[in-house]
Amino acid sequence: MAVQQQAASRVAGTQGAALPVRRREASLWADAWRRLLKNKAAVTGGIIILIVLVMAIFADTWVFTLFTGGEPQPLLAPQSYEKQSLVDNNVVPHWLTVVFPTMKPVGEVGGYAKLSDKFILGADYNGRDLLSRIIYGARVSLAVAFVGSFISLLIGVVYGTISGYFGGRVDNLMMRFVDVMYGFPDILFVILLLAFFRSTTAAAEEGTLRGFFTMIDNSMGGMFFIFVGLGVTAWMSMARLTRGQILSLREKEFIEAARSIGTFDIRIMTRHILPNILGPIVVNQTLDIPRYIATEAFLSFIGLGVLRPTPSWGAMIVDGSEAIRTYPHQAIIPALALAIIMFAFNFLGDGLRDALDPRLKGSD
Amino acid sequence: MARYIARRLLWLLVVVFFVSLITFGFARAVPGGPFSAEKKLPAAVLAQLEKKYNLDAPLWQQYLSYMGDILIPRITGEAVEGSLLSDYLINIPLGSDLTFQWMNFGPSYKDRSRTVNDIFRENLPVSFELGFYAFILAVVVGLPLGVVAALKQNTLWDYLAMSVAIFGVSVPSIALGPIFIWLFAVELAWFLPSGWGSWRQDVLPAVVLGVGSSAVIARLTRASLLQVVREDYIRTARAKGLREGVIVVRHALRNSLIPVVTVMGPIFAFLVTGTLVTETIFGVPGMGKYFVGSITNRDYPVIMGTILFFAIIIVLANLIVDLMYAWLDPRIRYT
Repeated sequence: MAVQQQAASRVAGTQGAALPVRRREASLWADAWRRLLKNKAAVTGGIIILIVLVMAIFADTWVFTLFTGGEPQPLLAPQSYEKQSLVDNNVVPHWLTVVFPTMKPVGEVGGYAKLSDKFILGADYNGRDLLSRIIYGARVSLAVAFVGSFISLLIGVVYGTISGYFGGRVDNLMMRFVDVMYGFPDILFVILLLAFFRSTTAAAEEGTLRGFFTMIDNSMGGMFFIFVGLGVTAWMSMARLTRGQILSLREKEFIEAARSIGTFDIRIMTRHILPNILGPIVVNQTLDIPRYIATEAFLSFIGLGVLRPTPSWGAMIVDGSEAIRTYPHQAIIPALALAIIMFAFNFLGDGLRDALDPRLKGSD
Repeated sequence: MARYIARRLLWLLVVVFFVSLITFGFARAVPGGPFSAEKKLPAAVLAQLEKKYNLDAPLWQQYLSYMGDILIPRITGEAVEGSLLSDYLINIPLGSDLTFQWMNFGPSYKDRSRTVNDIFRENLPVSFELGFYAFILAVVVGLPLGVVAALKQNTLWDYLAMSVAIFGVSVPSIALGPIFIWLFAVELAWFLPSGWGSWRQDVLPAVVLGVGSSAVIARLTRASLLQVVREDYIRTARAKGLREGVIVVRHALRNSLIPVVTVMGPIFAFLVTGTLVTETIFGVPGMGKYFVGSITNRDYPVIMGTILFFAIIIVLANLIVDLMYAWLDPRIRYT
């Protein structure tokens, strides 16, 4: 009886009877997404990145003023990052003196810290609100992360695809060039670039090319040359990775089949090869982002980062380090912010790598 | 083997030559000189300075005289006096008033009272010591961490060890330095926050510097050991009845160390040649600031000196690493 019922319902199904058939989507990306969501660390990292992204975008009403015009007003940040109040320099809210017991407020024995509850996290040496600067500082870190990735993908993937797909002498030449660039100390190049364009004489020249770039740099708060420097150093590992992936894919039968029916090379590259190598590229890029953020922090550390008063977590750590014994929170809080965002990207990248690992296919 | 080492040392000279050429050309190609960042000097003074430091000669002449000062030893009968332009690293008295002198790296344009050799003599040992401690820490912490994580894969020990590793890799010394200073030097007051000399001052910078490298070593050791432990000969060793500890140390570890040792060479070179960030945060008088500062100041002899030194250290480190391959894996043989 039961068997007949089962057989009947099966037959009914094939004849289009109202039995909804639900299948789990089984593409690579759907599997990877499901696996990623199970990885708690990766999910935490992703949520943190989202929060920082919201913080960066909505720090002030910049996105809205793009449409309505006018000056951006602080939105999530309590006030603008550059508003100084020298009367309030280095003030400390009460709860911070509890967390950092060595910061004794005025009135106790050996006390020096001015108490004021005007700023939630206190103020820096110029009386600027630390919380606002942290929120605005997220913009620099995320901009560096995304623009760095974008440039690295744009230049690196295109370069690597051309090199890997066409092979032969083209590949040889292109890879030798990458090898030479690899051996070059990139920090040296970035520092020279920045020192050249940022020197005081550069600002004076108006009509020349150098003056033009310096003007762009100044108008962007110093971000332009950081992007250039990052772009120059970031594309090479992506190019090598792409080329390696393509070399292994190139000989597969489905590519041969596509070529045999006369598909144009461009179409093969975009439609067949690129979607298949997207996995390792995405993973590698996510794991490279902490390196971009660290590079920007390092450049700010040596004074070649974003121009003052644009806040960047690296620059805030440098400023805070000078007062580490008296006002430790001025360095610790940006340091924690930097550490958290790098953690987040690392967790996400590791999670993506495990999720996209083809050896685990079908294991959930 | 001796011929192999000799060949590699010869190759070192070639690499030094190319690095010096490229660095020299690059440093000179960017406009701005060592004296253009200060207040505007009168033209006559500028000309005098350039003549004194040989900056008005054609570039190839400057390059050859610079390399000649470094590579070509000389024997002088004059009294050995240290002047800014003739400070040699190696001074061996040969008796009867003659001295054998070698390796003059030139004066520093920015620090007018010092030569590059002075910088090497004073700041290099500090950087070397700091890097050495950091390296020892990285190996002593990273290797066991990686081994434990691999042997107890997917257990609590593995997750703990790898969390420490991710922590070390994620947080740069820029962020970690202030946090450690506050926690251990200001708050708990176990150590001193800056300076160099006593152990109370040395511990924190060495730890901050070494944490990142120990994380890299731990992850690499774990990945490599995981592969080796699945090999057939390990199974044979277990079948023979050897204890697990003996198997791990005598068979598995030695075979899994090749990728780890590969990466330890450059790590040692990076740690030892001075790191700007850690040295600045902790006030360690090392060479890191000369690497970066000389570029901003266009201090050509210091740029060349520091980068040449770095190149030599890296090539030597790689040579030692390659020699260790032969010890780790007897199948590797060098002719």
